[in-house]
Amino acid sequence: MTQAELRLCSLLLQEHFGEIVEKVGNSLLRTGPRPLRLLVGDTGLLPDQVKKALCVLIQHNLVRYEVQPRGSVEYEARSERILRILRYPRYIYTAKTLYGDPGELLVEELLLHGHLPMSCAVARVADRLTETMEDGKTMDYTEVSSTFVRLADTHFIQRCPIVPESPQSAKALPRSAPALAIDEKDMYIVPRLNLVGKGKRRHSCDKEEEGEHKTKRQKQDGGSSETPPDDGIYWQVNLERFHQHFRDQALVSAVASRMDQTSSEVVRTMLRMSEVTTASGASHTQPLSSNEIFRSLPSGYNIGKQVLDQYLALLADDPLEFVGKSGDSGGGTYTVNLHKALVSLATATLESIVEERFGSRCARIFRLLLRKKHLEQKQVEDFAMIPAKEAKDMLYRMLSENLVSLQSVANLMERRQHEMRENKRLLEKSQRVEAILASMQATGAEAAQLHEVEEMITGPERQQLETLKHNVNKIDASENQVDETIFVLESFIESTTKRP
Amino acid sequence: MEVSPCLPCPQRPPGLSMAGRGRGRGRGQMTFNVEAVGIGKGDALPPPTLQPSPLFPALERRAAPLPGGEEGEYMLALKQELRRAMRGLPYFVKPGAPRRDIERYSDKYQLSNPVDSAIDWNPDWRRLPRELKIRVRRLRKGRTTPLVPKQHVALDKEETIKKLESLEKKEEEVTSEEEEEKEEEEEGKEEEEEEYDEEEHEEVERGAPWGCWWVGDIPRCHCVPPCPPTGD
Repeated sequence: MTQAELRLCSLLLQEHFGEIVEKVGNSLLRTGPRPLRLLVGDTGLLPDQVKKALCVLIQHNLVRYEVQPRGSVEYEARSERILRILRYPRYIYTAKTLYGDPGELLVEELLLHGHLPMSCAVARVADRLTETMEDGKTMDYTEVSSTFVRLADTHFIQRCPIVPESPQSAKALPRSAPALAIDEKDMYIVPRLNLVGKGKRRHSCDKEEEGEHKTKRQKQDGGSSETPPDDGIYWQVNLERFHQHFRDQALVSAVASRMDQTSSEVVRTMLRMSEVTTASGASHTQPLSSNEIFRSLPSGYNIGKQVLDQYLALLADDPLEFVGKSGDSGGGTYTVNLHKALVSLATATLESIVEERFGSRCARIFRLLLRKKHLEQKQVEDFAMIPAKEAKDMLYRMLSENLVSLQSVANLMERRQHEMRENKRLLEKSQRVEAILASMQATGAEAAQLHEVEEMITGPERQQLETLKHNVNKIDASENQVDETIFVLESFIESTTKRP
Repeated sequence: MEVSPCLPCPQRPPGLSMAGRGRGRGRGQMTFNVEAVGIGKGDALPPPTLQPSPLFPALERRAAPLPGGEEGEYMLALKQELRRAMRGLPYFVKPGAPRRDIERYSDKYQLSNPVDSAIDWNPDWRRLPRELKIRVRRLRKGRTTPLVPKQHVALDKEETIKKLESLEKKEEEVTSEEEEEKEEEEEGKEEEEEEYDEEEHEEVERGAPWGCWWVGDIPRCHCVPPCPPTGD
């Protein structure tokens, strides 16, 4: 576990779950899997605080537990998963582009809560959507349900492992922890639920907390009087599927910028056809015949069969080798060379980083070195294989650059928190003024009075707040941006290290 | 020859002996072997560091502009919104309320920020290790009282019992309005906490059915047999 990863994990936990959870997470990350009592000793927290923190972490899939042979339970932090918190906005935005607002909110709720039963997720999202609708209108559960089903069908969400239904004999001691498990084939099956209802609005006159309370209690009452129909069946976001989608997106856009729109559509079609048939970590997709591809092209595309064949030939001939020809049956079979594509993407990322940080001259040298290496090894290069030496070299480069990216994000976060702390007094003042203004407006104050309150924040202070907001926004946007780099580099690293 | 007094320079590298005071008087003796580190004779050393290096140094090259556009804007807003939202969820564990030095009149009427969150969260205990469960009494309607942490129970039990009894009496005098409020907040808020000059309160293990422990931080103590109102 590198220092950079540790630091970033720490910051992410602290920002999203508070310092107590951070301390527990930190202890696990630094010292490895351990049982509860050692954790309490390490962190110096009260036992109940540690227990609470562990519940939160387990709920969000950030920590896993394992029953040891002697019966004690050991907890282990999942550092890689913690780093994914950085990517939450990207997951949510992607869901929006694919499945609209219901999709966006479903993924958001699942991420915010770690995992939820379908009935609960649908109800919450329907409520949230209703809030945004005109007065009198409500969102029906069926629309949200059907989006949920689509997300499951396309594997963007999946079922969590379940508690085994083992009949306990009178003699058997209850286990110290359940052994959760699930079959791959069951992961995407949506239970047949008859979710009927509409979203509820919060009462506008209540204070926000009490309002939350009421709706929550309504749900609770509804839930506690009868167990929900899908009791025990929980759903979580399938991050790997999103990653596959991001990779496909990056590939398609690379083809589009290197060649043209139509070529990229062909590649997009091939990837879409391979979505559920490609094992994670596979170096290339299953072979697809040109006939199959032709039939699967989007309806808007009116290119003839021969034209498609020409495009495929061009793609296969391209030195970047994103697409490869694997046979001649069915008019020619083709695959997308996923691993090679990742290599190209990661290399391009590296090159642009070098250019930005050290200037164009350095970038030229860097590119030359990479190409020279490539030329030397070309004779021994096998189809879809990269010689070990070059792979190691590339790997090392990517790893160190990945490290730097992780450090960058940690730095950015600290800088952002620093800026907020520096301006804490001013921020608090501004929030108070906003609150006063809001309540005054609600009770119908005159414009002059409102103006007077607004004046409580002086001109220079306003300027300071504007600058702060600008800086914080920039830093946040940068964090998002660097995470994109981290994704490309990590995808390459994963693809290289998983190969036989 | 007079030597100008040298201002204390805390950032001077350690080992630099006093003989090297003042400028232009030579490098001075060092307590470590200079050659081993790689500084040859006659090499120009970098100027002494007079202060810690800046926390956020200026960039040498201008950074490339961030990609803007609708996607970037939306993701930025999402990010900030997520951060804000998570702080309000029960998963954001806040430390206990700080000890209050004096009882303040306003404490009674302040809706303090829920220390361990008044918004309930019931984890599915079937999916978690048993050792993580905390047994807590079910909350009853009405005022809630804090409990002394387990470590102190043995020692302060008598004291606590007496205190709690006297408080129960105080509660009889509560206005009906507040009673209603309490009924609504049956999951409990921490209002009473500040009235006690005690340490941070946490849940306590008592033999009880699993309750909504997440919220039941300050449940009412029922295992104590009611003492006759003798007034202590």
